[in-house]
Amino acid sequence: MIIAEQKPLDEMARMLAPYSRVLIVGCGTCMTVCGAGGEREVSYLHHALRVARARAGGEPRIFLEHTLKRQCDLEFLDLLKDRVAEVDAVLSLGCGVGVQAIAEHFPDLPVLPGVNTSFVGMADEWGVWDERCAACGDCRLADTGGICPITRCTKGMLNGPCAGTKNGKCEASPEMDCGWVLIYRRLETLNQLEKMRRYYPPRNFRTIPRPRRITSRAGGPGETDGPQPA
Amino acid sequence: MTLRQALSEGRFVVTAESCPPKGTAVAGALEEAERLRGLVQAFNVTDQQSSVMRLGSLALCHLLHERGLEPVYQVTCRDRNRIALQSDLLSAAALGVENVLCLTGDHVSMGDHPQAKPVFDLDSVSLLEAARQLSSGHDLAGKELDGTPSFFLGAVVSPGADPVEPQLLKMEKKARAGAEFFQTQAVFDAGAFGRFMEAARPLGKPVLAGIILLKSAGMARFMNRNIPGVHVPDRLIGIMEAAKDRQSASVEVAAGLIRELKPLCQGIHLMAMGWEHLVPRVLEASGLVNGEAG
Repeated sequence: MIIAEQKPLDEMARMLAPYSRVLIVGCGTCMTVCGAGGEREVSYLHHALRVARARAGGEPRIFLEHTLKRQCDLEFLDLLKDRVAEVDAVLSLGCGVGVQAIAEHFPDLPVLPGVNTSFVGMADEWGVWDERCAACGDCRLADTGGICPITRCTKGMLNGPCAGTKNGKCEASPEMDCGWVLIYRRLETLNQLEKMRRYYPPRNFRTIPRPRRITSRAGGPGETDGPQPA
Repeated sequence: MTLRQALSEGRFVVTAESCPPKGTAVAGALEEAERLRGLVQAFNVTDQQSSVMRLGSLALCHLLHERGLEPVYQVTCRDRNRIALQSDLLSAAALGVENVLCLTGDHVSMGDHPQAKPVFDLDSVSLLEAARQLSSGHDLAGKELDGTPSFFLGAVVSPGADPVEPQLLKMEKKARAGAEFFQTQAVFDAGAFGRFMEAARPLGKPVLAGIILLKSAGMARFMNRNIPGVHVPDRLIGIMEAAKDRQSASVEVAAGLIRELKPLCQGIHLMAMGWEHLVPRVLEASGLVNGEAG
């Protein structure tokens, strides 16, 4: 799922300075699970912003709250129609996709991001999230024992560990496992070390021209290259 | 005689590390190299070593070459994509620089511009492949070149890495991708190095053992804690600690290591770490003069 962190309160307060009526919109999917922007966080943030405003001696600001099931889905965005008519800005606690979906759906409304969208990952334990997938569009986990070298190696290398690995850790951070040592150990366990002997040519970055689009209407699912249907 | 010829003839080779300045003042690096003229085979010029922004490796290689000193152009994948890397390799060849040491490169977070975008479009193995492909008259996209370079390619290996097995697998890949010689991370333990060479021997590629001049016991302990693949044994730390004259002790330790390593490998690569003036003494004390066995 998508992992994000809430922005610092003072940054949000600065973004909101020009507006007096603000709708805080949470998201019921990834942001709820990673604790950055679900219904509970919307409520906490509402109170925190109110207190911050009072301490700074500013004019009281009107805050409305609403948490959608998914911000990245046009079907749910329609539910905001009445609420947005009452405000002059939206503070979205959705991921970057959610913020942009609201902006696209309500062209006249300023939309501000309340979280920094970080990565695609999972929880190690509550409050500790680890990146697992770079969404590179060219999955090679079959060759690497189910451990992603693009994500888990800080240099995203394809052909084995660099000389910067020390006691199985990465040169960029002694707390971080060396992805290639993990891959080596796993392939050894699976009796598949021949996969590490193979040469893997440089990545094809044409598989990820930004922005990417996948269409299942023409060319079949997963087609991301070439001209798109109108 | 070039590095390629010396190694193919089975001569014991000495190379020295040369570090470009942070700025345009190249005189110091050129003076250091001049002092070693005739004593070492080639100068291995670092590419933004430890991710610290400096004058380019190719510029210093060119200046050395112009003075009749043989350079080894270090190229890392940290800062350039495949277009720029291939282009710089062609530029090197056009300037007469044909020895290339291909590395992945340290992560940008280790250096003085930690917020820079790390590139790593290629890695050390695919960089070797790219250089080899250029030497065969084509670029990585398969397009034909107008004028073909002829590189002598090297790569690095870390014999003291833990675990060492994946390093050996990668060394094998580098040899298959075109590496004609290997240079190692600093070696301080001849016994462990001998075991590594046993494992590396089937590749049949010459190996230059890395020698770092120890400056103090503190530096040795620092490297043990922080530098991957480097382990200075307590005995050597003890020698540095007890030394009244640290420079003489450093020469003695390095020369002792070189004498122990010489039967095990095909050459040494000296990293003087600012004590370049001691290199002639080290070579003399270890019985290596004029880059050959004395």
